[in-house]
Amino acid sequence: MSADALQVRGLRKRYGGLEVVAGIDFTVRAGECFGLLGPNGAGKTTTLKLCLGLIEPHLGEMHLLGEPVPARAREARARVGVVPQFDSLDPDFSVAENLVVYGRYFGIPERTIRARMPALLEFSALAGRGDAKLLTLSGGMKRRLTLARALVNDPELLFMDEPTTGLDPQARHLIWERLRQLTQRGKTVILTTHFMEEAERLCSRVAIMDHGRIIALGSPRALIAEHIEPQVVEVHGPGLAAWLPTAAPLAPRREHVGETLFCYAADPEPLLAQLRGRADLTYIHRPANLEDVFLKLTGRDLRD
Amino acid sequence: MAKLLAPPALSPRSLAVWGRNWLVWRKLALPSILANLADPLIVLFGLGYGLGAVLGEMDGMAYFAFLGAGFVCSATMYAASFESLYSAFSRMHVQRTWEAIVNAPMTLEDVVAGEWVWAATKAFAAGLCVLAVVAVFGEVRFPTAVLALPVIVLLGLAFAALGLAINALANGYDFFSYYMTVILTPMLMLSGVFFPIDRLPEGVRAVATTLPLYHGVSMVRPLLSGELPGGWPGHLSVIVAYAIVGLYLAVVLTRRRLLR
Repeated sequence: MSADALQVRGLRKRYGGLEVVAGIDFTVRAGECFGLLGPNGAGKTTTLKLCLGLIEPHLGEMHLLGEPVPARAREARARVGVVPQFDSLDPDFSVAENLVVYGRYFGIPERTIRARMPALLEFSALAGRGDAKLLTLSGGMKRRLTLARALVNDPELLFMDEPTTGLDPQARHLIWERLRQLTQRGKTVILTTHFMEEAERLCSRVAIMDHGRIIALGSPRALIAEHIEPQVVEVHGPGLAAWLPTAAPLAPRREHVGETLFCYAADPEPLLAQLRGRADLTYIHRPANLEDVFLKLTGRDLRD
Repeated sequence: MAKLLAPPALSPRSLAVWGRNWLVWRKLALPSILANLADPLIVLFGLGYGLGAVLGEMDGMAYFAFLGAGFVCSATMYAASFESLYSAFSRMHVQRTWEAIVNAPMTLEDVVAGEWVWAATKAFAAGLCVLAVVAVFGEVRFPTAVLALPVIVLLGLAFAALGLAINALANGYDFFSYYMTVILTPMLMLSGVFFPIDRLPEGVRAVATTLPLYHGVSMVRPLLSGELPGGWPGHLSVIVAYAIVGLYLAVVLTRRRLLR
């Protein structure tokens, strides 16, 4: 047994000729919030499914809460909660019935779930909604119920696959708040997302995946420091083409994307001095973030 | 590959899958039972009395009784098939219920086993409803008729297993119409539900004797009319074989679909 919540070594998964997970290694420490980032098709969801023992790897070793996966995946899953990417709640059941029935899959008696129900509903901001029919719930409420469902077995570790996709800001902030509470209670959280802001706020460490490989791993702050200049100035406007030669010596790294020039620099002052008072250019100055790192590492090409 | 063909890893919690479906069904129980009763009632009246008046006796019994016994089996077949095709597909593909279940400490085999027993349960209920209708009209002899109950259970298990295997291959609801049209409807015609199969040409009769529905009818009909069926071990083994092979096929095909 180890203190690591999840260990992954040399994991590979092929579909036909395509290697969706192409040899990845990472460790998630107990009690941390770990983010798995990557564009669509990077292999994030496949990695989660492999870690849960739901699909067979071609190669590699995994330990989930100390249990070897997939050999003892069932035992491991008994101590794990999962918030899947797509809604899989039972539309024929009320809120409470969804929780009771899901608890049975863990072998938890109905009265135990009923006893835990108020706390579960309170936590997911669904207090008093136990009898509500699923059809009457909004998208945000369904996601919160899915979170409550993932907690019926009081798991040590929570997998969340894109937990806030499609939610409005209020609903998203509530989920974030709850995730923080869970890590404060000592639970391990592993989430996939392509919202960099989300990862930057929540995760103590992130792994950026692309084409089935982990191309960067570390704390969001360390990744920003390691991979990118600390300041960004985004410039666009009709005078951009004429202004390009001025920018060149002032920003060590520039990216010209469509109508916009992204200038990355340690000291943005000379750039800003050139921009102030120009009517033909609009600009935004901001600190570099994880999204800049992500785009630098994975490129700007669309992934469909 | 070895993993694909390995024997199923089952836990007693697969019953929770049955329990989930039961809880959903309970909400719609009344219309479901009424449909199970009304459907055979209408058809039995129409064909049994109407056609029966023209035909008189069939194989030495009133046509109503002859047809009634056949309908007990065909209703079982259709109920098992509908549940393991359309309903199971909704839960597997549309509602992602199976996906949610296997995130808990449940295996795909637990899910398939739970669905299997559930579809067979509904099939048993459907067969029992027809049997009740026929009994009300005084065309069921006891106590031999009680022995028809395990036959109905096995028949339901066999068709539920076949349905789940087909379900694992489906890419949409339309796929099931092929199974219905190409497999089940001919089986209904060839299995002695409406007329004894000795009226069929020899080659066709040989095909009929390979069908699980035929072996069900061959046991249920004598049992309902107060006789013990001749050759019952043979009939029983064919149905059990369909159930076992069908279930194994369903497990392997479902794994191939979802575990990769």
